[in-house]
Amino acid sequence: MSILFAVLFYAATIVLVAGLGLKVAQYVRVPAPLKIPTTPAPLTQGGAAFRVAREVVIFESLFKSNKWLWAMAVMFHFGLVLVLIRHVRYFIEPVPMVITLMQPFGIYGGLLMIAGLFMLLGRRLVLPRIRYITGPSDLLMLVLLIGIGGSGALMVNFVHTDIIGVKAFFLGLMTFNWQKLPADPLLYVHLALVAALMLVFPFSKLLHVPGIFFSPTRNQADDARERRHLAPWAAKYEANKTMP
Amino acid sequence: MADFEIPVLNEIPVVPAPKPGATAHLKSFPAAKQHQEPLGYPGELVDNWQTKAIEVMGELLGKYRSLPVFLDSCVKCGSCADKCHYFLGTGDPKNMPVARQDLFRSVYRKHFTPAGKLLGDLVGAREMTRELLDDWYNYFHQCSQCRRCSVFCPYGIDTAEISMAAREIMDRIGLGQKYCNEIIGKVYSVGNNLGLPLKALNNTLEGLEEDIEEDTGHAIKFPVDVHGAEVLLVTPSADFFAEPHIDGLIGYGKVFHQAGISWTLSSKATEAANFAMFIGSYENMVKISRRIRDAAIELGVKRIVFGECGHAWRVAYSFLNTLAGPWDFLDPRYPVPQHICEFSNDLIKRGAVRLDKSANDHMTLTFHDSCNVARGSRMGNFEGGQLVIPRELIKASCGKFVDMHPDTIGEKSFCCGGGGGLLTDDLMELRVKGAQPRMEALKQVVQNDGVTHMASICAICKAQFTKVLPYYGMEMGMIVSVHQLVSNAILLGSND
Repeated sequence: MSILFAVLFYAATIVLVAGLGLKVAQYVRVPAPLKIPTTPAPLTQGGAAFRVAREVVIFESLFKSNKWLWAMAVMFHFGLVLVLIRHVRYFIEPVPMVITLMQPFGIYGGLLMIAGLFMLLGRRLVLPRIRYITGPSDLLMLVLLIGIGGSGALMVNFVHTDIIGVKAFFLGLMTFNWQKLPADPLLYVHLALVAALMLVFPFSKLLHVPGIFFSPTRNQADDARERRHLAPWAAKYEANKTMP
Repeated sequence: MADFEIPVLNEIPVVPAPKPGATAHLKSFPAAKQHQEPLGYPGELVDNWQTKAIEVMGELLGKYRSLPVFLDSCVKCGSCADKCHYFLGTGDPKNMPVARQDLFRSVYRKHFTPAGKLLGDLVGAREMTRELLDDWYNYFHQCSQCRRCSVFCPYGIDTAEISMAAREIMDRIGLGQKYCNEIIGKVYSVGNNLGLPLKALNNTLEGLEEDIEEDTGHAIKFPVDVHGAEVLLVTPSADFFAEPHIDGLIGYGKVFHQAGISWTLSSKATEAANFAMFIGSYENMVKISRRIRDAAIELGVKRIVFGECGHAWRVAYSFLNTLAGPWDFLDPRYPVPQHICEFSNDLIKRGAVRLDKSANDHMTLTFHDSCNVARGSRMGNFEGGQLVIPRELIKASCGKFVDMHPDTIGEKSFCCGGGGGLLTDDLMELRVKGAQPRMEALKQVVQNDGVTHMASICAICKAQFTKVLPYYGMEMGMIVSVHQLVSNAILLGSND
């Protein structure tokens, strides 16, 4: 089982990094030939970067749209961030003070995340227009995340796993000094689901994570009259232009 | 009056329950051979249209970053679902922006993503069938590319970009839309959207000059092809004869006259509109935009000013520098191009043009922010100037002004229902139903605040409202041009 999980996590990491890398490379390579910021938009590139940052951190547009949905999204994403911060201690030794201090918040974060996910799932099943746009993969994604959160929360709160052993396993993976993974069915479930999430990440709607940084309606400055913007492929039309 | 049900105007907006297929029957007339070919598109659906469509999709994915980013990033959160006026007015779920995008996204997933190739239905991947192509045609011509959805999308996904790409693909496989493509053809063959020949235009303008002189005692001129004029005015051809557009044109003429700034129209560019944006064709956008460059060079003008037109201003403000620039041969003290509202407002603020608001005392105004101006462009030198400057201009011309509900103006403005290449009689049912959210907000200020008129700075909005207001029991004359108000209030003659 240890070998299986070791192979799985190496594979998942490679797929995640390479898959995301290829996607980001595509977004970088393909030009945005026209200025299409959704206006009113910041007039400077710095302002546009701040606009993207607001989308990433406080979900500004979603807040404009729907306060309930925003609250659910915040519960899930902020909860997830707290959980991820908490998990840092399983991957580094010694554990920085700030990570240690964050541990209890990570536990609340986990509960917040699971609650948010259940609300998002309920919304998909109950609201007719949202049910219409929901596909099988949208439900599976929520179920997957609930599975990860649920199995994790169970291990933290009820069926404790040998966390020292888990940490040794992952530190071993990272230093190529392989260690045994504690034999614990709940842990297996948790890790298998995490690996699944890593594997589907670059091929699914989770691409909204890199996507938001490349969204031209958000990351472009409104300076079309001041600066000429020309895509490389559009340069061919320059040749037949009348000159004064 | 109509063979369809006119939507109810509610006190408090209601999001309809999805009614699948509610607008499946609304199909604007497809382009015939003679509309397709002048634009460089095949005259009819090509034999290998499926292969060709996928090929063009692949090409566009490599040219427009917005496409892969928007197609990959959507999480189906539904934030946009209740933001489209066509969904709100018709209830057809395929008019929810996310569902409209999914018509495109499903083919993208099938052909351009590993997950779609492998898992198909499970991840919403679908083959480009004839049935799906028909849905594309119908529903990508039920999007006015107003960008309201993009305001509310947490990733900024703009359905307009998707519908432009879809129309480009359909054009390239021979399934264009008659309305847009016929109009672009007229721009190429006659010079403007309306197919108004130069002779007719000159006659109209002469008649206009006579009428105004009779009315005001002032010789306001509407010059064409005057070499060495300071300003080239490019305005939608509807301004030359449609109501209330022409009252706006009269306003521009009076402002130029009173400010003592020489100006001219160009017989080469008698049209500000650029319908190539609606069909997502960069190449045709370049071609149409270059007429303006050519006219400016030929006439030796120093500035370019655009008249009241929504999408034309988006193309002008956001794209003209890209498509037909650089403009370094024009006077560098002014932005290129300028909007007539920026131009007039500036003159009024400096006291170069003076107004007497009492001329508009019989009206209480509200302002309809046109989508392409509000969400796709700017005026002035500050963020949001496109929302502020027209209002300043109205308030300078008219004592009584009331804004509609804040969720229906500014960046959240509702489309008139006729933008994006849908202002055609064969889509009248869609136009009427799509106007419902705007009509609802208008009715509210009419009842609560005594609003009598709604001003707009878009030729399409003006034409659309003139047509749909009566369906909702309101007067078509309620819709006015912003420069019509300026025209009423302007003090002609000595500025002392």
